[in-house]
Amino acid sequence: MTTESETTAPQRPLLVARGVTKRFGAVEALTGVDFEVHAGEVIALVGDNGAGKSTLIKALAGTQPGDEGKLTFGGEPVTIKSPLDAKRLGIATVYQDLALCDNLDVVANLYLGEEIYETGPQRALKVIDEIGMEKRAVELLDSLSVTTLRSVRTEVGSLSGGQRQSVAIARSLLGDPKVVLLDEPTAALGVAQTRQVLDLVLRLRDRGLGVIIISHNIANVFEVADRIVVLRLGKRVATLVAADTTHDEVVGWITGSHG
Amino acid sequence: MSAAGTPEPEPAVAADPAASGQMARRIAQLGSLRVALVLAVIWIVFQSQNDNFLSSFNLTNLVLQIAPVGIISIGVVLVLLLGEIDLSVGAVSGLAAAVMAVLNVKHGWEPVPAIAAGVAAGAAIGAVNGFFVTRFGIPSFVVTLAGLLAWQGALLQVLGDTGTVNLNDATITGLAGTFYGDVVGWILVVVVVGGYGLSGWLERVRRGRAGLSQPALPGFLIRLAAVAVGTIAAVLVLLSDRGIPLSGLILVVMCAIGAFITTRTAFGRHLFGVGGNAEAARRSGISVTRIKMIVFISCSALAAFGGIMAASRLLAVNQSSGGSDLLLLAIAGPVIAGTSLFGGRGSIWDALLGALVIGSIANGMDLLALDSSVKFMITGGVLLAAVVIDATIKNQRERAGDSRAP
Repeated sequence: MTTESETTAPQRPLLVARGVTKRFGAVEALTGVDFEVHAGEVIALVGDNGAGKSTLIKALAGTQPGDEGKLTFGGEPVTIKSPLDAKRLGIATVYQDLALCDNLDVVANLYLGEEIYETGPQRALKVIDEIGMEKRAVELLDSLSVTTLRSVRTEVGSLSGGQRQSVAIARSLLGDPKVVLLDEPTAALGVAQTRQVLDLVLRLRDRGLGVIIISHNIANVFEVADRIVVLRLGKRVATLVAADTTHDEVVGWITGSHG
Repeated sequence: MSAAGTPEPEPAVAADPAASGQMARRIAQLGSLRVALVLAVIWIVFQSQNDNFLSSFNLTNLVLQIAPVGIISIGVVLVLLLGEIDLSVGAVSGLAAAVMAVLNVKHGWEPVPAIAAGVAAGAAIGAVNGFFVTRFGIPSFVVTLAGLLAWQGALLQVLGDTGTVNLNDATITGLAGTFYGDVVGWILVVVVVGGYGLSGWLERVRRGRAGLSQPALPGFLIRLAAVAVGTIAAVLVLLSDRGIPLSGLILVVMCAIGAFITTRTAFGRHLFGVGGNAEAARRSGISVTRIKMIVFISCSALAAFGGIMAASRLLAVNQSSGGSDLLLLAIAGPVIAGTSLFGGRGSIWDALLGALVIGSIANGMDLLALDSSVKFMITGGVLLAAVVIDATIKNQRERAGDSRAP
């Protein structure tokens, strides 16, 4: 049960990576990593610092393309050389630092760079359709059951960490992605806020998205993940079905005392 | 931020910077009302010292005095919103005025092409500033500080041996010397009050139709009433003297256009985004370089036009044009009115309000015939107070953001 398993893979995987390798000078950060995610599945990427989790995410997100390896998306071979490539394919990434503008409200942050314009003669000036944007923002947040916001016109800078994370995740869904990559979404969050974000991750899965989540918190991983991929020193050392494994076994693989 | 054990962090915080910090915080919390109160206090103080301060004659002079610096401040607001600064606006305003004056007086250019050439010179300088800031990543503080000196040198060069160029073209002097009567005054009232009321009302209707929450009606009506009373009072005062000054109209119209662009269009939204978090804006696909270039070009072009307005009022361009405290006043005004030096927060209207506040102080001190030494020290003190309030607001906001419950 510690090998690649097809138990939770009833259909063809959405995104498949084969032999992903990434070198930084003489250092091999990733060595021939295989990896796949299905629609409606949460994959947790775990591993110690320097195991290559973030490098793998960056390779899939296109911010730091891999040196070798083959990718298929929906069965088609693809290459991801830039964030735009990833976005076009339907891969959205939520980075650890969130990249939100504290001085703008929730609506403005959700649509930053993707504003909806008023139609008619005002179109030439790119006049923003605030009402249309606000309406859709409310719908989007409601559909994700993000209910703790007092108003979508609140400045993001005054939100809690969990709310900010929720806004960042909601923002990643605007392009209608099929796969969402989350880099440490619960780092530095309190108990209640972590709960909020984990619930949100489960709702992404329920929407049929493939979710890849990096986390250091093994307890959190067990709460949301269907499968757990363990990286160690740039290699994938185990893929575990969450329902069939234990906390200790995962930690064993991470530290190398197991296998 | 605050320790979990202390239920009330306020006393501990307030203890260090003593009572002054607490007062600054109180003032900071007033928001936009702050400027109106500050202005009211200034006017009451000067009126109590000199009966002529609030006369229609002096208030009309005040409008004429603040128009050039207000126009320069519009560009400064744009740059401040980015979190950058432009220290060359004063020098650029002088140089652009000199370019216009020399072309018009010495080379016989028609007034409109001469003015356009002055503004174009400003825009070109802005492009240079923007290029060095974006291409080499040099802080705008340094680039424009170098410009401050360099363009002052260029001003002397352009003016040549004469040192002073007197303006007598009717179009150019008319910028500051034209006044309109009743008809324009009341059209202005209708446009401002009607426009404000109608756009606010339409917004409410549209939000209602879309099923979104509407801002409270009393608040809207109070703001509308304040705008109406303010506009009508200003028009009545101006009409009872020489009339509605063209330069004041230009300032208000330019503020309105700038406010529309910054608050309603994609460009404005991206400008605020870059000012708030340039990296987030970049990742959102916004070209940070493009936004910065446009802003630096606009800022210098506005500074150029402000300089031309100032020359029109002075009826001359000389070696000290754009010098003295013009630069500091143009930057201090918006900051006093609430535009942050830290980027991402502010409004184009702060250019007008700030010019009004700082212009009132300068005008009042002139009226009281205070010594230059006193005037400089008071102006410096006002600037420092404004920056303290700005920093206090910023700290407050960061504390609120950190300690907010889920």
